[in-house]
Amino acid sequence: MLALPCPHCGTRDEAEFQFGGEPAIRPPSAVTDTVWADYVYMRSNEKGPHRELWCHAGGCGQWFVLTRDTATHAVLP
Amino acid sequence: MSRTPFRTRYSAAGLLRQGLAGQTGWGEAWRAPAPKPRYDFVIIGGGGHGLATAYYLAKLHGANRVAVLEKGWIGGGNTGRNTTIVRSNYFFPESAALYDHALRLYEGLSQELNYNIMLSQRGVVTIAHSHHDMELMARSVNAMLINGIDVELLDAEGVHREIKIANRDPDARYPIHGGFVQRRGGIARHDAVAWGYARAADAMGVDIIQNCEVTGFRFDGARVVGVETSRGPIAAGRIGMAVSGHSGVLAAKAGFKLPIQSYALQAMVTEPVKPVLDTVILSGSTGIYCSQSDKGEMVFGAGLDLYPSYAQRGNLPVGQTIIAALLDMFPRFRTLKLLRQWAGIVDVCWDYSPLIGRSPVEGLYLNCGWGTGGFKAIPAGGWLLAHILATGQHHPISAPFDLNRFTTGRLIDEAAGAGIAH
Ligand SMILES: Cc1cc2nc3c(=O)[nH]c(=O)nc-3n(C[C@H](O)[C@H](O)[C@H](O)COP(=O)(O)OP(=O)(O)OC[C@H]3O[C@@H](n4cnc5c(N)ncnc54)[C@H](O)[C@@H]3O)c2cc1C
Ligand SMILES: [Zn+2]
Repeated sequence: MLALPCPHCGTRDEAEFQFGGEPAIRPPSAVTDTVWADYVYMRSNEKGPHRELWCHAGGCGQWFVLTRDTATHAVLP
Repeated sequence: MSRTPFRTRYSAAGLLRQGLAGQTGWGEAWRAPAPKPRYDFVIIGGGGHGLATAYYLAKLHGANRVAVLEKGWIGGGNTGRNTTIVRSNYFFPESAALYDHALRLYEGLSQELNYNIMLSQRGVVTIAHSHHDMELMARSVNAMLINGIDVELLDAEGVHREIKIANRDPDARYPIHGGFVQRRGGIARHDAVAWGYARAADAMGVDIIQNCEVTGFRFDGARVVGVETSRGPIAAGRIGMAVSGHSGVLAAKAGFKLPIQSYALQAMVTEPVKPVLDTVILSGSTGIYCSQSDKGEMVFGAGLDLYPSYAQRGNLPVGQTIIAALLDMFPRFRTLKLLRQWAGIVDVCWDYSPLIGRSPVEGLYLNCGWGTGGFKAIPAGGWLLAHILATGQHHPISAPFDLNRFTTGRLIDEAAGAGIAH
Protein backbone atom coordinates (compact mmCIF):
# COMPACT_ATOMS: atom_id res chain seq x y z
CA MET A 1 0.00 0.00 0.00
CA LEU A 2 1.40 3.38 -1.00
CA ALA A 3 1.01 6.33 1.32
CA LEU A 4 1.02 9.49 -0.77
CA PRO A 5 1.41 13.11 0.38
CA CYS A 6 -1.52 15.28 -0.71
CA PRO A 7 -0.27 18.88 -0.34
CA HIS A 8 -3.68 19.83 1.06
CA CYS A 9 -4.73 16.83 3.21
CA GLY A 10 -1.41 15.27 4.18
CA THR A 11 -0.47 11.61 3.85
CA ARG A 12 -3.30 9.31 2.75
CA ASP A 13 -3.71 5.76 1.41
CA GLU A 14 -3.18 5.09 -2.29
CA ALA A 15 -6.80 4.03 -2.71
CA GLU A 16 -7.77 7.72 -2.54
CA PHE A 17 -5.47 8.75 -5.41
CA GLN A 18 -5.39 8.48 -9.14
CA PHE A 19 -2.17 8.36 -11.13
CA GLY A 20 -2.08 11.09 -13.77
CA GLY A 21 0.95 10.34 -15.93
CA GLU A 22 4.26 12.08 -16.54
CA PRO A 23 4.07 15.87 -16.46
CA ALA A 24 4.58 17.40 -19.90
CA ILE A 25 4.20 20.78 -21.51
CA ARG A 26 1.74 20.92 -24.37
CA PRO A 27 3.44 22.11 -27.56
CA PRO A 28 1.84 24.83 -29.70
CA SER A 29 -0.80 23.34 -32.01
CA ALA A 30 1.14 24.04 -35.22
CA VAL A 31 3.77 21.31 -34.87
CA THR A 32 4.74 18.23 -36.87
CA ASP A 33 3.01 14.90 -36.27
CA THR A 34 6.24 13.57 -34.76
CA VAL A 35 6.45 16.34 -32.16
CA TRP A 36 2.77 15.91 -31.36
CA ALA A 37 3.06 12.10 -31.07
CA ASP A 38 6.05 12.59 -28.81
CA TYR A 39 4.00 14.80 -26.50
CA VAL A 40 0.88 12.64 -26.52
CA TYR A 41 2.32 9.12 -26.43
CA MET A 42 6.05 8.84 -25.72
CA ARG A 43 7.12 8.29 -22.12
CA SER A 44 10.46 8.20 -20.35
CA ASN A 45 9.07 5.35 -18.20
CA GLU A 46 12.09 5.50 -15.89
CA LYS A 47 13.15 2.75 -13.55
CA GLY A 48 14.15 4.72 -10.46
CA PRO A 49 13.24 8.33 -9.62
CA HIS A 50 10.20 9.27 -11.70
CA ARG A 51 8.39 12.61 -11.77
CA GLU A 52 4.67 12.03 -11.96
CA LEU A 53 1.29 13.69 -11.58
CA TRP A 54 -1.25 12.46 -9.07
CA CYS A 55 -4.75 13.58 -8.20
CA HIS A 56 -6.32 13.21 -4.76
CA ALA A 57 -9.44 12.14 -6.63
CA GLY A 58 -11.15 10.43 -3.70
CA GLY A 59 -10.37 13.38 -1.43
CA CYS A 60 -9.95 17.08 -2.04
CA GLY A 61 -9.36 16.82 -5.81
CA GLN A 62 -5.92 18.47 -5.70
CA TRP A 63 -3.45 17.71 -8.53
CA PHE A 64 0.23 17.61 -7.58
CA VAL A 65 3.63 16.48 -8.85
CA LEU A 66 5.78 14.11 -6.89
CA THR A 67 8.97 12.14 -7.44
CA ARG A 68 8.68 8.47 -6.66
CA ASP A 69 11.18 5.65 -7.13
CA THR A 70 9.45 3.20 -9.47
CA ALA A 71 11.80 0.38 -8.42
CA THR A 72 11.07 0.67 -4.69
CA HIS A 73 7.87 2.81 -4.66
CA ALA A 74 9.50 5.17 -2.12
CA VAL A 75 8.22 8.74 -2.34
CA LEU A 76 11.32 10.92 -2.69
CA PRO A 77 11.77 14.42 -1.27
CA MET B 1 10.60 -27.90 -43.10
CA SER B 2 13.89 -29.58 -42.14
CA ARG B 3 14.10 -31.68 -39.00
CA THR B 4 15.66 -29.95 -36.02
CA PRO B 5 18.92 -31.76 -35.14
CA PHE B 6 18.24 -32.50 -31.47
CA ARG B 7 21.03 -34.31 -29.62
CA THR B 8 18.38 -36.36 -27.84
CA ARG B 9 14.87 -36.62 -29.24
CA TYR B 10 12.29 -36.95 -26.49
CA SER B 11 9.94 -39.92 -26.92
CA ALA B 12 7.82 -42.36 -24.94
CA ALA B 13 10.53 -45.01 -25.34
CA GLY B 14 13.13 -42.56 -24.02
CA LEU B 15 10.92 -41.74 -21.06
CA LEU B 16 10.62 -45.44 -20.24
CA ARG B 17 14.38 -46.00 -20.58
CA GLN B 18 15.12 -43.06 -18.29
CA GLY B 19 12.50 -44.24 -15.83
CA LEU B 20 14.23 -47.61 -15.59
CA ALA B 21 17.61 -45.87 -15.26
CA GLY B 22 16.34 -43.73 -12.35
CA GLN B 23 16.25 -40.52 -14.47
CA THR B 24 20.05 -40.30 -14.34
CA GLY B 25 20.90 -40.02 -18.02
CA TRP B 26 18.96 -37.04 -19.36
CA GLY B 27 21.85 -34.67 -20.10
CA GLU B 28 21.53 -30.91 -20.57
CA ALA B 29 18.67 -29.57 -22.67
CA TRP B 30 20.78 -26.65 -23.96
CA ARG B 31 24.42 -25.60 -23.70
CA ALA B 32 25.79 -22.77 -21.55
CA PRO B 33 28.19 -21.18 -24.06
CA ALA B 34 30.47 -18.21 -23.38
CA PRO B 35 29.55 -15.18 -25.52
CA LYS B 36 31.39 -14.88 -28.84
CA PRO B 37 32.74 -11.47 -29.86
CA ARG B 38 30.33 -11.15 -32.81
CA TYR B 39 26.98 -12.49 -34.03
CA ASP B 40 24.87 -11.78 -37.09
CA PHE B 41 21.82 -11.45 -34.84
CA VAL B 42 21.70 -10.61 -31.16
CA ILE B 43 18.38 -10.96 -29.36
CA ILE B 44 18.07 -9.14 -26.04
CA GLY B 45 15.77 -10.91 -23.59
CA GLY B 46 15.36 -14.65 -23.05
CA GLY B 47 11.62 -14.71 -22.52
CA GLY B 48 9.28 -16.54 -24.86
CA HIS B 49 9.40 -13.83 -27.54
CA GLY B 50 13.21 -13.61 -27.59
CA LEU B 51 13.70 -17.38 -27.64
CA ALA B 52 11.06 -17.87 -30.33
CA THR B 53 12.71 -15.15 -32.42
CA ALA B 54 16.04 -16.97 -32.24
CA TYR B 55 14.41 -20.31 -33.04
CA TYR B 56 12.61 -19.03 -36.16
CA LEU B 57 15.73 -17.14 -37.32
CA ALA B 58 17.65 -20.41 -37.29
CA LYS B 59 14.81 -22.64 -38.46
CA LEU B 60 13.15 -20.59 -41.19
CA HIS B 61 15.84 -18.13 -42.26
CA GLY B 62 18.97 -20.29 -41.99
CA ALA B 63 20.68 -17.87 -39.61
CA ASN B 64 23.52 -19.65 -37.88
CA ARG B 65 25.22 -16.97 -35.82
CA VAL B 66 22.51 -15.99 -33.37
CA ALA B 67 22.69 -15.22 -29.64
CA VAL B 68 20.00 -14.66 -27.03
CA LEU B 69 21.23 -12.51 -24.11
CA GLU B 70 19.27 -12.89 -20.90
CA LYS B 71 20.12 -10.92 -17.78
CA GLY B 72 18.72 -13.57 -15.41
CA TRP B 73 17.51 -17.02 -16.34
CA ILE B 74 15.42 -17.80 -19.42
CA GLY B 75 11.69 -17.61 -18.82
CA GLY B 76 12.29 -15.78 -15.52
CA GLY B 77 10.42 -12.67 -16.66
CA ASN B 78 6.75 -12.48 -17.52
CA THR B 79 6.83 -15.69 -19.52
CA GLY B 80 7.35 -17.66 -16.30
CA ARG B 81 4.95 -15.48 -14.28
CA ASN B 82 1.90 -15.42 -16.48
CA THR B 83 -1.42 -17.21 -16.17
CA THR B 84 -0.97 -18.88 -19.59
CA ILE B 85 -4.28 -18.09 -21.26
CA VAL B 86 -4.16 -18.46 -25.04
CA ARG B 87 -6.91 -17.26 -27.34
CA SER B 88 -7.37 -15.19 -30.51
CA ASN B 89 -10.80 -13.62 -29.94
CA TYR B 90 -9.82 -10.04 -30.78
CA PHE B 91 -11.96 -7.28 -32.19
CA PHE B 92 -9.84 -5.73 -34.93
CA PRO B 93 -8.88 -7.72 -38.06
CA GLU B 94 -5.19 -6.82 -37.57
CA SER B 95 -5.21 -8.33 -34.07
CA ALA B 96 -7.20 -11.40 -35.09
CA ALA B 97 -4.64 -12.11 -37.84
CA LEU B 98 -1.77 -11.72 -35.37
CA TYR B 99 -3.15 -13.74 -32.48
CA ASP B 100 -4.67 -16.46 -34.65
CA HIS B 101 -1.31 -16.89 -36.37
CA ALA B 102 0.09 -17.47 -32.88
CA LEU B 103 -2.66 -19.90 -31.91
CA ARG B 104 -2.19 -21.92 -35.10
CA LEU B 105 1.55 -22.15 -34.44
CA TYR B 106 0.80 -23.17 -30.83
CA GLU B 107 -1.46 -25.95 -32.11
CA GLY B 108 1.52 -27.62 -33.82
CA LEU B 109 4.23 -26.59 -31.39
CA SER B 110 4.60 -29.69 -29.20
CA GLN B 111 5.29 -31.74 -32.33
CA GLU B 112 7.49 -29.13 -33.95
CA LEU B 113 9.66 -28.56 -30.87
CA ASN B 114 9.60 -32.21 -29.73
CA TYR B 115 8.62 -30.76 -26.37
CA ASN B 116 5.23 -31.08 -24.70
CA ILE B 117 3.99 -27.53 -24.19
CA MET B 118 0.81 -29.00 -22.65
CA LEU B 119 -1.53 -26.96 -24.81
CA SER B 120 -5.00 -27.59 -23.45
CA GLN B 121 -7.71 -26.19 -25.73
CA ARG B 122 -10.33 -26.30 -23.01
CA GLY B 123 -12.12 -23.20 -24.26
CA VAL B 124 -12.19 -19.64 -22.96
CA VAL B 125 -15.54 -18.33 -21.72
CA THR B 126 -15.97 -14.58 -21.39
CA ILE B 127 -18.87 -13.52 -19.15
CA ALA B 128 -21.40 -10.70 -19.59
CA HIS B 129 -23.01 -9.37 -16.41
CA SER B 130 -25.80 -7.16 -17.70
CA HIS B 131 -28.05 -6.58 -20.65
CA HIS B 132 -25.67 -3.84 -21.83
CA ASP B 133 -22.61 -6.08 -21.53
CA MET B 134 -24.50 -8.62 -23.60
CA GLU B 135 -25.29 -6.16 -26.40
CA LEU B 136 -21.67 -5.04 -26.64
CA MET B 137 -20.58 -8.65 -26.56
CA ALA B 138 -22.86 -9.57 -29.44
CA ARG B 139 -21.23 -6.80 -31.44
CA SER B 140 -17.74 -8.05 -30.57
CA VAL B 141 -18.67 -11.62 -31.39
CA ASN B 142 -19.95 -10.52 -34.79
CA ALA B 143 -16.68 -8.70 -35.45
CA MET B 144 -14.71 -11.79 -34.41
CA LEU B 145 -16.77 -14.03 -36.68
CA ILE B 146 -16.07 -11.70 -39.57
CA ASN B 147 -12.38 -11.97 -38.60
CA GLY B 148 -12.72 -15.73 -39.05
CA ILE B 149 -12.39 -16.59 -35.36
CA ASP B 150 -14.35 -19.55 -33.91
CA VAL B 151 -16.54 -17.87 -31.28
CA GLU B 152 -20.10 -18.58 -30.08
CA LEU B 153 -22.44 -16.33 -28.14
CA LEU B 154 -23.97 -18.01 -25.05
CA ASP B 155 -27.05 -17.20 -22.99
CA ALA B 156 -26.94 -17.50 -19.19
CA GLU B 157 -27.80 -21.20 -19.29
CA GLY B 158 -25.13 -21.70 -21.93
CA VAL B 159 -22.57 -20.19 -19.56
CA HIS B 160 -23.74 -22.38 -16.69
CA ARG B 161 -23.41 -25.45 -18.93
CA GLU B 162 -19.76 -24.50 -19.54
CA ILE B 163 -19.04 -23.53 -15.92
CA LYS B 164 -20.95 -25.75 -13.53
CA ILE B 165 -19.75 -24.06 -10.34
CA ALA B 166 -20.42 -20.42 -11.27
CA ASN B 167 -22.65 -18.33 -8.98
CA ARG B 168 -26.31 -18.73 -10.00
CA ASP B 169 -27.60 -16.16 -7.52
CA PRO B 170 -29.50 -13.45 -9.50
CA ASP B 171 -28.74 -11.04 -6.64
CA ALA B 172 -24.98 -11.48 -7.00
CA ARG B 173 -23.20 -8.15 -7.37
CA TYR B 174 -22.16 -9.32 -10.85
CA PRO B 175 -24.84 -11.80 -11.96
CA ILE B 176 -24.21 -13.96 -15.01
CA HIS B 177 -26.22 -12.70 -17.94
CA GLY B 178 -24.56 -14.61 -20.76
CA GLY B 179 -21.23 -14.77 -22.46
CA PHE B 180 -19.26 -16.14 -25.36
CA VAL B 181 -16.79 -18.93 -25.86
CA GLN B 182 -13.76 -19.54 -28.06
CA ARG B 183 -13.34 -23.30 -28.01
CA ARG B 184 -9.83 -23.29 -29.52
CA GLY B 185 -8.66 -21.09 -26.65
CA GLY B 186 -7.23 -22.52 -23.46
CA ILE B 187 -3.96 -22.68 -21.57
CA ALA B 188 -0.43 -23.97 -22.15
CA ARG B 189 2.54 -24.65 -19.92
CA HIS B 190 4.56 -21.40 -19.73
CA ASP B 191 7.96 -22.84 -18.78
CA ALA B 192 7.64 -25.51 -21.45
CA VAL B 193 7.13 -22.84 -24.13
CA ALA B 194 10.34 -21.06 -23.08
CA TRP B 195 12.30 -24.28 -22.60
CA GLY B 196 10.99 -25.92 -25.76
CA TYR B 197 12.02 -22.97 -27.93
CA ALA B 198 15.36 -22.71 -26.09
CA ARG B 199 16.19 -26.37 -26.59
CA ALA B 200 15.25 -26.33 -30.27
CA ALA B 201 17.13 -23.07 -30.93
CA ASP B 202 20.20 -24.43 -29.14
CA ALA B 203 20.07 -27.60 -31.23
CA MET B 204 20.40 -25.41 -34.32
CA GLY B 205 23.43 -23.58 -32.96
CA VAL B 206 21.85 -20.55 -31.24
CA ASP B 207 23.92 -19.44 -28.23
CA ILE B 208 21.64 -18.90 -25.23
CA ILE B 209 23.63 -16.81 -22.79
CA GLN B 210 22.11 -16.40 -19.34
CA ASN B 211 23.28 -14.03 -16.59
CA CYS B 212 24.24 -11.61 -19.34
CA GLU B 213 22.68 -8.17 -18.93
CA VAL B 214 22.73 -5.68 -21.77
CA THR B 215 23.92 -2.43 -20.22
CA GLY B 216 24.29 -0.23 -23.30
CA PHE B 217 24.61 -0.02 -27.07
CA ARG B 218 27.59 0.52 -29.36
CA PHE B 219 27.07 2.90 -32.24
CA ASP B 220 28.82 3.48 -35.54
CA GLY B 221 27.45 6.89 -36.44
CA ALA B 222 23.67 6.59 -36.16
CA ARG B 223 23.65 2.80 -36.47
CA VAL B 224 23.70 0.34 -33.58
CA VAL B 225 26.49 -2.16 -34.17
CA GLY B 226 26.63 -4.01 -30.90
CA VAL B 227 25.82 -4.16 -27.21
CA GLU B 228 27.68 -3.65 -23.96
CA THR B 229 26.94 -6.44 -21.54
CA SER B 230 27.84 -7.56 -18.03
CA ARG B 231 29.98 -10.17 -19.82
CA GLY B 232 31.74 -7.76 -22.18
CA PRO B 233 30.94 -6.11 -25.51
CA ILE B 234 29.31 -8.12 -28.30
CA ALA B 235 29.16 -6.94 -31.91
CA ALA B 236 26.00 -7.62 -33.90
CA GLY B 237 24.69 -7.30 -37.44
CA ARG B 238 21.12 -6.69 -36.35
CA ILE B 239 19.70 -6.53 -32.84
CA GLY B 240 16.22 -7.54 -31.70
CA MET B 241 14.91 -6.39 -28.37
CA ALA B 242 12.25 -8.39 -26.49
CA VAL B 243 12.56 -7.30 -22.87
CA SER B 244 8.88 -6.60 -22.02
CA GLY B 245 8.65 -4.42 -18.86
CA HIS B 246 12.22 -3.16 -19.31
CA SER B 247 11.68 -1.87 -22.85
CA GLY B 248 11.74 1.75 -21.68
CA VAL B 249 15.00 1.19 -19.79
CA LEU B 250 16.75 -0.20 -22.87
CA ALA B 251 15.17 2.36 -25.20
CA ALA B 252 16.64 5.12 -23.02
CA LYS B 253 20.07 3.53 -23.39
CA ALA B 254 19.64 3.63 -27.17
CA GLY B 255 18.44 7.23 -27.00
CA PHE B 256 14.70 7.07 -27.69
CA LYS B 257 11.36 6.86 -25.91
CA LEU B 258 8.47 4.46 -26.47
CA PRO B 259 4.68 4.80 -26.14
CA ILE B 260 4.88 2.37 -23.24
CA GLN B 261 4.35 2.55 -19.50
CA SER B 262 5.48 -0.30 -17.24
CA TYR B 263 3.07 -1.55 -14.58
CA ALA B 264 2.92 -4.44 -12.13
CA LEU B 265 0.40 -7.14 -13.00
CA GLN B 266 -0.30 -9.61 -10.23
CA ALA B 267 -1.69 -13.12 -10.14
CA MET B 268 -2.31 -15.78 -7.50
CA VAL B 269 -2.87 -19.50 -7.02
CA THR B 270 -4.85 -21.35 -4.40
CA GLU B 271 -4.03 -24.68 -2.85
CA PRO B 272 -4.75 -27.58 -5.24
CA VAL B 273 -8.16 -29.27 -5.21
CA LYS B 274 -9.90 -31.91 -7.31
CA PRO B 275 -11.03 -30.89 -10.82
CA VAL B 276 -14.00 -28.47 -10.69
CA LEU B 277 -13.30 -26.03 -13.52
CA ASP B 278 -12.51 -27.44 -16.96
CA THR B 279 -12.49 -24.21 -18.94
CA VAL B 280 -11.01 -20.73 -18.65
CA ILE B 281 -13.26 -17.91 -17.48
CA LEU B 282 -12.82 -14.18 -18.03
CA SER B 283 -15.01 -11.27 -16.99
CA GLY B 284 -14.61 -7.88 -18.61
CA SER B 285 -16.51 -6.04 -15.88
CA THR B 286 -14.57 -7.33 -12.89
CA GLY B 287 -11.40 -8.04 -14.85
CA ILE B 288 -11.14 -11.45 -13.22
CA TYR B 289 -9.86 -14.49 -15.06
CA CYS B 290 -9.38 -17.98 -13.66
CA SER B 291 -8.46 -21.49 -14.72
CA GLN B 292 -7.61 -24.66 -12.84
CA SER B 293 -4.06 -25.92 -13.34
CA ASP B 294 -3.26 -29.55 -14.02
CA LYS B 295 -2.05 -29.72 -10.41
CA GLY B 296 -5.51 -28.56 -9.27
CA GLU B 297 -4.69 -25.00 -8.21
CA MET B 298 -7.01 -22.15 -9.12
CA VAL B 299 -4.83 -19.75 -11.10
CA PHE B 300 -6.32 -16.27 -11.21
CA GLY B 301 -5.69 -12.58 -11.63
CA ALA B 302 -7.30 -9.40 -12.89
CA GLY B 303 -6.30 -5.81 -13.61
CA LEU B 304 -3.07 -3.85 -13.31
CA ASP B 305 -1.79 -1.94 -10.33
CA LEU B 306 -2.53 1.39 -11.95
CA TYR B 307 0.71 3.32 -11.50
CA PRO B 308 4.16 2.78 -13.02
CA SER B 309 6.22 0.15 -11.26
CA TYR B 310 9.34 -1.92 -11.64
CA ALA B 311 8.81 -3.59 -8.25
CA GLN B 312 7.89 -7.20 -8.94
CA ARG B 313 5.31 -7.51 -6.21
CA GLY B 314 1.77 -6.15 -6.51
CA ASN B 315 -0.13 -4.05 -4.03
CA LEU B 316 -2.66 -5.15 -1.45
CA PRO B 317 -5.69 -3.02 -2.51
CA VAL B 318 -5.63 -4.48 -6.04
CA GLY B 319 -5.00 -7.95 -4.60
CA GLN B 320 -8.12 -7.63 -2.46
CA THR B 321 -10.20 -6.48 -5.43
CA ILE B 322 -9.05 -9.50 -7.43
CA ILE B 323 -9.98 -11.92 -4.66
CA ALA B 324 -13.35 -10.20 -4.14
CA ALA B 325 -14.15 -10.56 -7.85
CA LEU B 326 -13.21 -14.23 -7.83
CA LEU B 327 -15.39 -14.94 -4.80
CA ASP B 328 -18.35 -13.12 -6.32
CA MET B 329 -18.21 -15.48 -9.28
CA PHE B 330 -17.31 -18.62 -7.28
CA PRO B 331 -18.57 -18.21 -3.70
CA ARG B 332 -17.41 -21.75 -2.84
CA PHE B 333 -13.75 -20.73 -3.35
CA ARG B 334 -14.08 -18.87 -0.03
CA THR B 335 -12.80 -21.98 1.75
CA LEU B 336 -9.65 -22.29 -0.36
CA LYS B 337 -6.30 -21.20 1.01
CA LEU B 338 -4.15 -18.88 -1.05
CA LEU B 339 -0.84 -20.50 -1.85
CA ARG B 340 1.12 -17.80 -3.68
CA GLN B 341 0.82 -14.26 -4.99
CA TRP B 342 3.31 -12.63 -7.36
CA ALA B 343 3.63 -9.96 -10.03
CA GLY B 344 5.43 -9.31 -13.29
CA ILE B 345 6.31 -5.95 -14.84
CA VAL B 346 4.34 -5.55 -18.03
CA ASP B 347 4.91 -3.15 -20.93
CA VAL B 348 1.59 -1.52 -21.76
CA CYS B 349 1.07 0.45 -24.98
CA TRP B 350 -1.70 3.05 -25.07
CA ASP B 351 -3.80 0.98 -27.45
CA TYR B 352 -3.05 -2.35 -25.74
CA SER B 353 -1.46 -3.65 -28.92
CA PRO B 354 2.20 -4.61 -29.32
CA LEU B 355 5.06 -2.90 -31.11
CA ILE B 356 6.76 -5.00 -33.77
CA GLY B 357 9.26 -3.61 -36.25
CA ARG B 358 11.99 -0.98 -36.56
CA SER B 359 12.99 1.18 -33.63
CA PRO B 360 13.92 4.83 -34.24
CA VAL B 361 17.57 3.67 -34.29
CA GLU B 362 18.99 1.87 -37.31
CA GLY B 363 19.96 -1.75 -36.66
CA LEU B 364 17.72 -2.14 -33.60
CA TYR B 365 14.30 -3.82 -33.90
CA LEU B 366 11.42 -4.06 -31.45
CA ASN B 367 9.15 -6.80 -30.15
CA CYS B 368 7.47 -5.34 -27.07
CA GLY B 369 4.36 -3.66 -25.75
CA TRP B 370 2.57 -6.97 -25.25
CA GLY B 371 1.52 -5.74 -21.86
CA THR B 372 -0.79 -8.06 -20.01
CA GLY B 373 -1.43 -10.45 -22.90
CA GLY B 374 1.67 -11.52 -24.79
CA PHE B 375 2.05 -15.15 -23.74
CA LYS B 376 -0.62 -16.19 -26.23
CA ALA B 377 1.35 -14.34 -28.92
CA ILE B 378 4.82 -15.82 -28.35
CA PRO B 379 4.99 -17.99 -31.49
CA ALA B 380 3.78 -15.12 -33.70
CA GLY B 381 5.91 -12.46 -32.03
CA GLY B 382 9.02 -14.57 -32.53
CA TRP B 383 8.06 -15.60 -36.06
CA LEU B 384 7.43 -12.00 -37.12
CA LEU B 385 10.51 -10.46 -35.49
CA ALA B 386 12.64 -13.21 -37.10
CA HIS B 387 11.10 -12.32 -40.47
CA ILE B 388 11.88 -8.62 -39.99
CA LEU B 389 15.43 -9.22 -38.74
CA ALA B 390 16.21 -11.62 -41.59
CA THR B 391 14.62 -9.64 -44.43
CA GLY B 392 14.66 -6.06 -43.15
CA GLN B 393 10.97 -5.89 -44.16
CA HIS B 394 7.65 -6.16 -42.37
CA HIS B 395 5.48 -9.21 -42.92
CA PRO B 396 1.89 -8.12 -43.76
CA ILE B 397 0.78 -9.37 -40.31
CA SER B 398 3.29 -7.19 -38.43
CA ALA B 399 3.04 -4.03 -40.56
CA PRO B 400 0.03 -2.54 -38.68
CA PHE B 401 1.91 -2.96 -35.38
CA ASP B 402 4.81 -0.72 -36.38
CA LEU B 403 5.83 2.07 -34.01
CA ASN B 404 4.82 4.58 -36.70
CA ARG B 405 1.14 4.03 -35.85
CA PHE B 406 1.59 6.47 -32.97
CA THR B 407 2.55 9.18 -35.47
CA THR B 408 0.04 8.32 -38.18
CA GLY B 409 -2.76 7.84 -35.64
CA ARG B 410 -3.74 4.37 -36.92
CA LEU B 411 -3.93 2.88 -33.43
CA ILE B 412 -5.33 -0.62 -32.91
CA ASP B 413 -7.30 0.07 -29.79
CA GLU B 414 -7.91 -3.35 -28.28
CA ALA B 415 -8.40 -1.86 -24.81
CA ALA B 416 -11.74 -0.68 -26.12
CA GLY B 417 -12.18 -3.40 -28.75
CA ALA B 418 -11.52 -6.74 -27.04
CA GLY B 419 -12.41 -5.40 -23.63
CA ILE B 420 -10.23 -7.68 -21.60
CA ALA B 421 -6.53 -7.49 -21.98
CA HIS B 422 -5.05 -10.85 -21.03
C1 LIG C 1 0.71 -12.01 -13.73
C2 LIG C 1 0.71 -12.06 -15.23
C3 LIG C 1 -0.28 -12.76 -15.91
C4 LIG C 1 -0.30 -12.81 -17.29
N1 LIG C 1 -1.23 -13.59 -17.90
C5 LIG C 1 -1.22 -13.73 -19.25
C6 LIG C 1 -2.12 -14.64 -19.89
O1 LIG C 1 -2.93 -15.32 -19.23
N2 LIG C 1 -2.08 -14.75 -21.24
C7 LIG C 1 -1.19 -14.03 -21.98
O2 LIG C 1 -1.22 -14.16 -23.21
N3 LIG C 1 -0.29 -13.19 -21.41
C8 LIG C 1 -0.29 -13.03 -20.05
N4 LIG C 1 0.63 -12.19 -19.45
C9 LIG C 1 1.55 -11.41 -20.29
C10 LIG C 1 2.74 -12.26 -20.73
O3 LIG C 1 3.33 -12.88 -19.61
C11 LIG C 1 3.79 -11.40 -21.43
O4 LIG C 1 3.21 -10.54 -22.39
C12 LIG C 1 4.81 -12.28 -22.15
O5 LIG C 1 5.27 -13.31 -21.31
C13 LIG C 1 5.97 -11.44 -22.62
O6 LIG C 1 7.00 -12.28 -23.07
P1 LIG C 1 8.40 -11.65 -23.41
O7 LIG C 1 9.26 -12.73 -23.90
O8 LIG C 1 8.19 -10.46 -24.26
O9 LIG C 1 8.90 -11.06 -22.00
P2 LIG C 1 9.56 -11.76 -20.72
O10 LIG C 1 9.14 -13.17 -20.55
O11 LIG C 1 9.36 -10.83 -19.58
O12 LIG C 1 11.09 -11.81 -21.11
C14 LIG C 1 11.88 -10.64 -21.19
C15 LIG C 1 13.25 -11.01 -20.67
O13 LIG C 1 14.14 -9.93 -20.89
C16 LIG C 1 15.09 -9.96 -19.86
N5 LIG C 1 15.76 -8.66 -19.81
C17 LIG C 1 15.27 -7.48 -19.39
N6 LIG C 1 16.21 -6.52 -19.47
C18 LIG C 1 17.31 -7.11 -19.97
C19 LIG C 1 18.63 -6.64 -20.28
N7 LIG C 1 18.98 -5.36 -20.09
N8 LIG C 1 19.53 -7.53 -20.77
C20 LIG C 1 19.20 -8.83 -20.96
N9 LIG C 1 17.97 -9.32 -20.68
C21 LIG C 1 17.05 -8.47 -20.19
C22 LIG C 1 14.26 -10.29 -18.63
O14 LIG C 1 15.07 -10.82 -17.60
C23 LIG C 1 13.27 -11.29 -19.17
O15 LIG C 1 13.63 -12.64 -18.96
C24 LIG C 1 0.67 -12.10 -18.05
C25 LIG C 1 1.66 -11.38 -17.38
C26 LIG C 1 1.70 -11.36 -15.99
C27 LIG C 1 2.80 -10.61 -15.30
ZN1 LIG D 1 -6.22 16.10 -0.67
